Amino acid sequence: MNQTTNSQTPEQGQASDNNRMPKIKIRGLSKAFGNKVVLDGVDLDIFPGESVLVIGGSGSGKSVLLKCILGLLHPDAGSIEVDGEEVVGLMGEDLDRVRRKFGMLFQNAALFDSLPVWENVAFGLIQGQRKPRDEAHAIALEKLAAVGLGEDVGNLMPAELSGGMRKRVGLARAIATEPEIIFFDEPTTGLDPIMGDVIDRLIVKCVKQLGATALSITHDMASARRISDRTAMLYHGQIIWVGSTATIDESGNPYVDQFINGRAEGPIEMQVRAL
Amino acid sequence: MPILQPIGRTFLFFLEATGRLSLFTLLSLSHCLRPPFYPRLILRQMIEIGYYSLPVVGLTAIFTGMVLALQSYTGFERFSAESAIPNVVVVSITRELGPVLAGLMVAGRVGASMAAEIGTMRVTEQIDALDTLATNPFKYLIAPRLIAGLTMLPILVLIADIIGVFGGYVVATQKLGFNPTTYLTNTLDFVEVQDVVSGLVKAAVFGFLVTLMGCYHGFNSRGGAQGVGAATTNAVVSASILILCFNYFITELFFAR
Repeated sequence: MNQTTNSQTPEQGQASDNNRMPKIKIRGLSKAFGNKVVLDGVDLDIFPGESVLVIGGSGSGKSVLLKCILGLLHPDAGSIEVDGEEVVGLMGEDLDRVRRKFGMLFQNAALFDSLPVWENVAFGLIQGQRKPRDEAHAIALEKLAAVGLGEDVGNLMPAELSGGMRKRVGLARAIATEPEIIFFDEPTTGLDPIMGDVIDRLIVKCVKQLGATALSITHDMASARRISDRTAMLYHGQIIWVGSTATIDESGNPYVDQFINGRAEGPIEMQVRAL
Repeated sequence: MPILQPIGRTFLFFLEATGRLSLFTLLSLSHCLRPPFYPRLILRQMIEIGYYSLPVVGLTAIFTGMVLALQSYTGFERFSAESAIPNVVVVSITRELGPVLAGLMVAGRVGASMAAEIGTMRVTEQIDALDTLATNPFKYLIAPRLIAGLTMLPILVLIADIIGVFGGYVVATQKLGFNPTTYLTNTLDFVEVQDVVSGLVKAAVFGFLVTLMGCYHGFNSRGGAQGVGAATTNAVVSASILILCFNYFITELFFAR
């Protein structure tokens, strides 16, 4: 299939960034589950301080891409470098050291329901950085305030929170350790449009304040335009287009056009049947 | 040869499952022995497994002791061998029924809840979140549970032994007309250290098996609520079967001449 017709290659999309070293450099990343090939040679560079978004249909491998970078899944082939260090195949303490650079907001926030909200936020500080509990508590309250939640919320259990509040707590947890890189897995999915906008603004604010590099995945185009500088489209396991989010409407790529306009008809055939 | 195919496939599947479980067990054990340790979590699991299982294990033990005395009386009466009842009660309880029944009850209570809790954490990405927060789930979730299971079950079984013997004593003295002093003297004369120790060794092994099965099936659960349900069932069933198998082998180890 000639997917790359009329599309920019990843290198063209990043032409202006050639002189800088990428924060995350992905080359030839492949991952299959049984017979189903999910990633088939993904190439992507993410530069320091930018916010990159990966779009793609459901089941196109966006989450798998994030999980490979975090070392939660082991890719079948390819390389992932973070700050020039190869992370594929890292184990134990080395992997933990690299993971401390990352923060992640999970799709459904993935809060630990056995711990109160403040301990969720402080988790990376207490367990990862071995900070004393009272110091971590103070930082947790500060981070909760940064996402617009009061001290009283800190003592609630995650089960008592609404969807929007869970996302905020998840965001506070992701930024609590002041990571260099933050991943956002469908940050607005399951929220109403207004809450979606609130979360997006918080994301932009937090990422700016930390000066962090951000990688997000979503299929919510309104959210995509708000939070990202650059967009990459994942289709059939490959990055078929990379370009500035501001010019995505003029991409000239039929796949991207179909996706951002949400049309059922076009070159992308949705897999209706689960594989 | 279409008939060989399913046999081969089943055999390979069996080998794969055995290998996966062995790796999981070795990895879990190695994390039990290496720092960092989580004393708060170990303590919490000890309370969950030890303290909260006391009522159910105690009730099981007392009724087992009572029914043992009653049943052996109806049998032994025919041969005028009633005096063997304290012996039968104490040996059966300490060697077999105490550890096996406590193990099975704990498998139902603790193994199931562990599989459900860890399984839910898996399907809601909480285990991935642990990893991304640079915390090893084996150390944080599994090691405290295994350590608590290994240490708490012997204590539970020791208590169950005492309660079970007491149940037999109550029925024998109140219903069957035994002399309380004679019954107790006979009990203490008959019981040997090896009886109790073998029971406690069994208890430690069963505690390990129950928590291991709960953690293993929970940790590997897939696919939402249904997957967690299946993990819970598998944890209880496999723990129960393993308890009965290991019970035989440990008995053979201790008592086979």
